[in-house]
Amino acid sequence: MSNWIDIASLDDIPKRGARVVKTHLGCVAIFRTHDDQVYAIDDTCPHKKGPLSEGIVHGTAVTCPLHNWVFDLKTGMAQGSDVGSVATYGVRVEDGRILLDPARLTSKLVA
Amino acid sequence: MKQKLVVIGAGMASGRMLEELFDLDRDAYDVTLFGAEPHGNYNRIMLSPVLAGDKTFEEIVTHDADWYREHGVNCRFGETVVKIDRQKKLVVSADGTTPYDKLVVATGSASFMIPVSGNDLPGVIGFRDLDDVNKMLAASDKPNGKAVIIGGGLLGLEAAAALNSQGMTVTVLHLMGHLMERQLDPAAGYLLQKELESRGINVVCEAHTKAILGHDQVDAVLMEDGTIHDADIVVMAAGIRPETRIATEAALHVERGIVVDDTMVTSDPDILALGECVEHDSTVYGLVAPLYDMAKVLARTLTNETAKFVAPSVSTKLKVTGVDLFSVGEFAEGDDREEIVFRDPGRGIYKRLILKEDRIIGTVMYGDTSDSSWFFSKIKASEDIGEIRDTLIFGPAFQGGTPLDPLAAVAALPDDAEICGCNGICKSTITKAIADGAHDLAAIKATTKASASCGSCTGLVEQVLAVSLGDDFVLPAPQSICGCTDLAHEDVRRIIKSQQLKTMPAVMQECGWKTSCGCHVCRPALNYYLIAEWPLEYKDDAQSRFVNERNHANIQKDGTYSVLPRMWGGMTTPDELRAIADAADKYNVPAVKVTGGQRIDLLGVQKEDLPNMWADLNEAGMVSGHAYSKGLRTVKTCVGTDFCRFGTQDSTGLGIKLEKLLWGSWTPHKVKLAVSGCPRNCAEATCKDVGIICVDSGFEVSVGGAAGMELKETEALAKAATEQEAIELTVAFIQLYREHARYLDRAYKWVTKVGLDWVKERVVDDLEERAALCERFEISQSVYRTDPWAEQSTPEFAQRKWSPIADLTLEAAE
Ligand code: SRM
Ligand SMILES: Cc1cc2nc3c(=O)[nH]c(=O)nc-3n(C[C@H](O)[C@H](O)[C@H](O)COP(=O)(O)OP(=O)(O)OC[C@H]3O[C@@H](n4cnc5c(N)ncnc54)[C@H](O)[C@@H]3O)c2cc1C
Ligand code: SF4
Ligand code: FES
Repeated sequence: MSNWIDIASLDDIPKRGARVVKTHLGCVAIFRTHDDQVYAIDDTCPHKKGPLSEGIVHGTAVTCPLHNWVFDLKTGMAQGSDVGSVATYGVRVEDGRILLDPARLTSKLVA
Repeated sequence: MKQKLVVIGAGMASGRMLEELFDLDRDAYDVTLFGAEPHGNYNRIMLSPVLAGDKTFEEIVTHDADWYREHGVNCRFGETVVKIDRQKKLVVSADGTTPYDKLVVATGSASFMIPVSGNDLPGVIGFRDLDDVNKMLAASDKPNGKAVIIGGGLLGLEAAAALNSQGMTVTVLHLMGHLMERQLDPAAGYLLQKELESRGINVVCEAHTKAILGHDQVDAVLMEDGTIHDADIVVMAAGIRPETRIATEAALHVERGIVVDDTMVTSDPDILALGECVEHDSTVYGLVAPLYDMAKVLARTLTNETAKFVAPSVSTKLKVTGVDLFSVGEFAEGDDREEIVFRDPGRGIYKRLILKEDRIIGTVMYGDTSDSSWFFSKIKASEDIGEIRDTLIFGPAFQGGTPLDPLAAVAALPDDAEICGCNGICKSTITKAIADGAHDLAAIKATTKASASCGSCTGLVEQVLAVSLGDDFVLPAPQSICGCTDLAHEDVRRIIKSQQLKTMPAVMQECGWKTSCGCHVCRPALNYYLIAEWPLEYKDDAQSRFVNERNHANIQKDGTYSVLPRMWGGMTTPDELRAIADAADKYNVPAVKVTGGQRIDLLGVQKEDLPNMWADLNEAGMVSGHAYSKGLRTVKTCVGTDFCRFGTQDSTGLGIKLEKLLWGSWTPHKVKLAVSGCPRNCAEATCKDVGIICVDSGFEVSVGGAAGMELKETEALAKAATEQEAIELTVAFIQLYREHARYLDRAYKWVTKVGLDWVKERVVDDLEERAALCERFEISQSVYRTDPWAEQSTPEFAQRKWSPIADLTLEAAE
């Protein structure tokens, strides 16, 4: 069991939008979908480092703002003909608060 | 001696519980029943039909005094229990004390009165019991009564529909983005809102109530945004609060409700509880189905049988005549979930199934709920639907039949339905032309003029051809906006207009979108079409905008932004230049550049700095240059008569006037203008979307130029004698472009499609149309001629949006 970190209130993120959390490993983007699902993936696009948190969110996917690669928020995989992926992080909502699983952040730190 | 059972609350849960108890063992207990209401138990659910006048109170009574008497219950109606004494095992009421061996608390819940000033004024009514209903009915008796309902959930909407049918003017104020958001997804919420609005009920979503106004009686409800809704009564339907006061005072374990275990026993082994006042496994319930299960279990516990309460799936139906709506289970998307969506815009039907590992876990249905019980049974049985998945959404009656025919809607259009709005051509004219031998689009254009003008009806004309000619006509593959729809831009625009669609969920529903919320291609387009069509009603959706327009700055390749203040007509002042220089210093701007648009760009700004930097620039009187927008960019000018020896008119002055008129407007693609003082054309006006060349006798207005990916020289639109006329021609042209062009078509592309003659007919020849275009532009500008930064750079806003929501760099280090 890891100690989930309370990040913010769900309402701090607009529906179909994202905000970033600064971490030692760079920014992690927290997404909120149109129906209040929350996902966390690396903010940095593997193509040319576009900030994914600034992309347009549709369904459970985001389109990178720089060159329109589309990433599945659930898996972090690029969709369509583009090849690449970003790391995903555990995140959940409890009583309107967003909780981030730090396991991945710390394990990467140790590794 | 028989054990004494005391029951507090003569409501639906205790009524059912006593039935169950007497069925099991008629003589187990001496029962005393306290009820705060002055009468026996009635079907509270049916208060809505009573309010609507469809039923009388007598018809909904389930357990009257006689029933209780027959079953030997000692009824104490009209008597509120004020205290439970656990030591002495008795309850206290106005008439004294009553001892118990076992106590059942079934106190239900009370309407939640939202905490705003004025919520205790006479005329503010909950919606819970007969008393509330009688108060509302009394108010509806008065002529021209106005009711404001706070809360657009099940209760609020039933009250709204009922009071509406009683002749009151009804407004529903709902805090969330769509109605019944706990049971419905946005698409179904939209359909419901549309239905209620068609009955004359005014629905306001995202409505934040600030206060209820009035002296000795409510007068009105004041919203956070300053809107005032007049009201003779205010119905609070914003939620319910479990009635736990006596339990809390008796120091029972109470969280949101009185905590019970699986056998409905509270933290005191002799006290049991059920109904809306309890909390089981962290859940409180607000519908009767689970309460009936509780009643079964509690009766068994009282008779020493073992039974356990298991949280059931509960379904919701709204009891409003003419509204078919059903929702059950989970309906959010999720990691491991898939969805099947069916929409039939023509009939206003929407169905959505949510699947997890080949099992249905939830469904939302609107418009046709006939299959709801079939789906519900599959959910309850957790049935594997893998085998029938392909046809599942069509329900039990599916016979392997015909797939939906996209042409059916066109076939169903009546003969007098207008197909081509520009030329007033109806369907029968086209079918007649087809019968007379016009068998393709060109022939139809030539013989009827349909689709020969703006072209937005091309898709429809082709569909009429396809319906009439069957296999003899091959429908050209329509160029749909994106994979989310089969419709082309023009079709969607036409439908937005003709069906008065004013929200994105509305468009997606009526046009049968295949995804739940579109994609990065269609959403910005729809957002634009809605703004252009309904400037006053539609609320811009920042989340459907590309990053530049959302952050009001151009994103750079490294994720920083550029800041580009407006310089009206390319003119500036030492003060403005100083403010720009100061900002560049203060925020460590790495590059300052003079752009091709006659202004100064500050490049490489950090996102967090944007609001502060703009606060400084706003302070110095500068506003956004919209260098990022599909909207007005720049109006380049030359020095003109003010300084130039060749200047014929005040080109700088006209440029500034135009820029001040046009700035802030959203357009299908960017719009650039230039005004040159003489045909030497130093402002390069002949390669702009609109270019004006000043001459001795007036102004030559030309349009459709570009100097980007394609190089196009403008074509003459008209010659204007006065500056005012030049301005009107320009505005009318831009408005026509706004109303007709596809999203992301520059003006020149659109002019090529519709033909310059078509444009001239409207903008130049038809003076009435020109004036109307200018007027519509001005209406839109009354909303959009503002600096986005004026609002965005306020401190609260800055805090909310521009910085990271959390910084874990410290925590991770620990
Ligand atoms: C800053 C500027 C270049 C400069 O340093 O001078 C510029 C910079 C960009 N231009 Fe431009 N254009 C600039 C003047 C022009 C001009 C000249 C003009 O306006 O007189 C043109 C040709 C005229 C025209 O538009 O027809 C021009 C034709 C384009 C095009 C091609 C448009 C087309 O329809 O063919 C694009 C791409 C697009 O819009 O899709 C573009 C796009 C861009 C973008 C926004 C690229 C992007 O999509 O991110 C550049 C943003 C850079 C940044 O990070 O800030 N820029 N761009 C000029 C800003 C003018 C201003 O003050 O607002
Ligand atoms: C207008 C309306 C429409 C509804 N529609 C639906 C629907 O369509 N479907 C659905 O499933 N559910 C519906 N409900 C909800 C349903 O009515 C409730 O879930 C159900 O009535 C709860 O039963 P209960 O016994 O827990 O509480 P109640 O029925 O509220 O009974 C509690 C009783 O206890 C009394 N009481 C409280 N405190 C004391 C005290 N200290 N001393 C003595 N008496 C006390 C109260 O006066 C009340 O009479 C609706 C409710 C309303 C108001
Ligand atoms: S257009 Fe050229 S020549 Fe004419 S006024 Fe301007 S600068 Fe002078
Ligand atoms: S940087 Fe994301 S698509 Fe290019």
